[in-house]
Amino acid sequence: MSDTKTLMGKTEVLEGLADHPAIKAVLAWNANALADAKFDFNELTLTIVPEEIRAACAALKAAGYNFFEDLTAVDWFPASPRFQLSYHLVSMVMKERIRLRVLLEDATPAVESITQVWAGANYYEREVFDLFGIRFEEHPNLRRIMMPDEWVGHPLRKDYPVEGYR
Amino acid sequence: MSNPAGMPVLEPALGAKDQHMVINMGPQHPATHGVLRLVLEVDGEIIVRIYPEIGYLHTGIEKTCEAKFYHQVVPLTDRINYLDPLANNLCYALAVEKLLGLEIPPKAQWMRVLLAELSRLNSHLIWLGTHAMDIGALTVFLYTFREREDILRLFEALAGQRMMLSYIRIGGLSMEPPLDFLDRVQAFIRIFPEKIDEYANLLTGNPIFRNRLQGVGHLSAEDAIALGVTGPPLRASGVDFDLRRDMPYSGYEKFQFKVPVSNDCDCWARYEVRLVEMRESIKIIQQALDGMPEGAVKADAPKIVLPDREKMKTQMEALIHHFKIVTEGFAVPAGEVFQGIECGHGQMGYYIVSDGTAKPYRVHMRYPSFPTLQALETMCKGRMLADVVAVIGSIDIVLGEIDR
Repeated sequence: MSDTKTLMGKTEVLEGLADHPAIKAVLAWNANALADAKFDFNELTLTIVPEEIRAACAALKAAGYNFFEDLTAVDWFPASPRFQLSYHLVSMVMKERIRLRVLLEDATPAVESITQVWAGANYYEREVFDLFGIRFEEHPNLRRIMMPDEWVGHPLRKDYPVEGYR
Repeated sequence: MSNPAGMPVLEPALGAKDQHMVINMGPQHPATHGVLRLVLEVDGEIIVRIYPEIGYLHTGIEKTCEAKFYHQVVPLTDRINYLDPLANNLCYALAVEKLLGLEIPPKAQWMRVLLAELSRLNSHLIWLGTHAMDIGALTVFLYTFREREDILRLFEALAGQRMMLSYIRIGGLSMEPPLDFLDRVQAFIRIFPEKIDEYANLLTGNPIFRNRLQGVGHLSAEDAIALGVTGPPLRASGVDFDLRRDMPYSGYEKFQFKVPVSNDCDCWARYEVRLVEMRESIKIIQQALDGMPEGAVKADAPKIVLPDREKMKTQMEALIHHFKIVTEGFAVPAGEVFQGIECGHGQMGYYIVSDGTAKPYRVHMRYPSFPTLQALETMCKGRMLADVVAVIGSIDIVLGEIDR
């Protein structure tokens, strides 16, 4: 892995990877929605502004990233913005994976659901809602999935203890 | 049932016909392959809606990982998909190695491929035995478990454990395989193709088995991709995609094998695809045996990889490294990586976020059964109640990896 280059920041990635199909697709769709970008460990990460995530997914789906692979969150407590959502998309034609990142503030974390783009995001969004307490607007059935319905708290948040009582 | 956030689970949908009935299947049901609860809305014997209730096996493994050193996470991964244990180890090890930038010696890579394929055979044998048993062909179970026992004995010789091996570690393998291990694998794969013929002989021509599977559980390629279905069910829907070939890892690009695809989209296609996959796995194992390189099975990284016992007894340095790794772990450079592999059930992925300390900041596992379960309703809608059992068997889910 010695030949891997690392590009940090939006301008560096846009210069270094101008021919990348995902970057071309995002720039052609809405250059303002791209907040940040990085390329490290041979993986491309595009940070999208929260309001545009569904449209970004639709644009990338049209550009050949046809398969939604994974969605999860990271809690950067006590930093701000606190929550990071990581979407992983795969192109079965180009045989390539990209990551979309959305940063959310602490108070009432909420973002558009992408189930209208990929129905398969349904369970993943329920899981993030259950374990992190991030709401997905217009999700068809936003209920807890792992924990019991009457559970209080969101276990994967960093201020939730690993051991002991709640 | 308190259920503030969503729709009522145990009542027929609004506007449904009066004769609709809601019945419960599981969580303790022999055909659900674990603790899966299905709430079924039926019109007579026709399925109208299926609502899977999961989470009965949720143990918060992702949270536990955040409190462990990187090397302590390896045994946790075994317990997620307990039918394909080495694939879990492999995926986690590859992800951490990506963060560390570790070079893995060729022998370790080839051994990993060999073991991943043996593990796939193990997973497929359990699937075949239990799937046939659900359909009513009880005999096959005894035959597939006979061969599974052979594989488990190989695993036991390798790691001292039959199921939870933790044999693939960060930086290589935990130790050299026993001297006769490769000969024993060779002996096993010499007889195994005949055994596959034996299973096929029992099932392929069996009219009951065929009628229970053909045309049942139809899943189109568009639906499969939209719902996130991967692995054999995806390839049985006509999508030619296999991470081993298309985004190779651990040296799979050096192996020649075919990826079986079927356009029939039904349970029968999934059965056929998996049988061919078993035969292709044997080819990969044979290539790994023939070309097994010489050399070390651990990377040359004394601050990350535990030293051999012998070295610890004779070299002060090795003893210090061992003490440091066990008590303090090792720091991993900050960053985030996603590593995907193709396990027996489909695409597995580990997403690891490091903040530069000795414990992972976040470990997320993408397991194939979780999204595949979403496709259950699409496959069963409008079909008979008894087909649900056939479809669950054909998508080969493991509840340990759904609930984590």
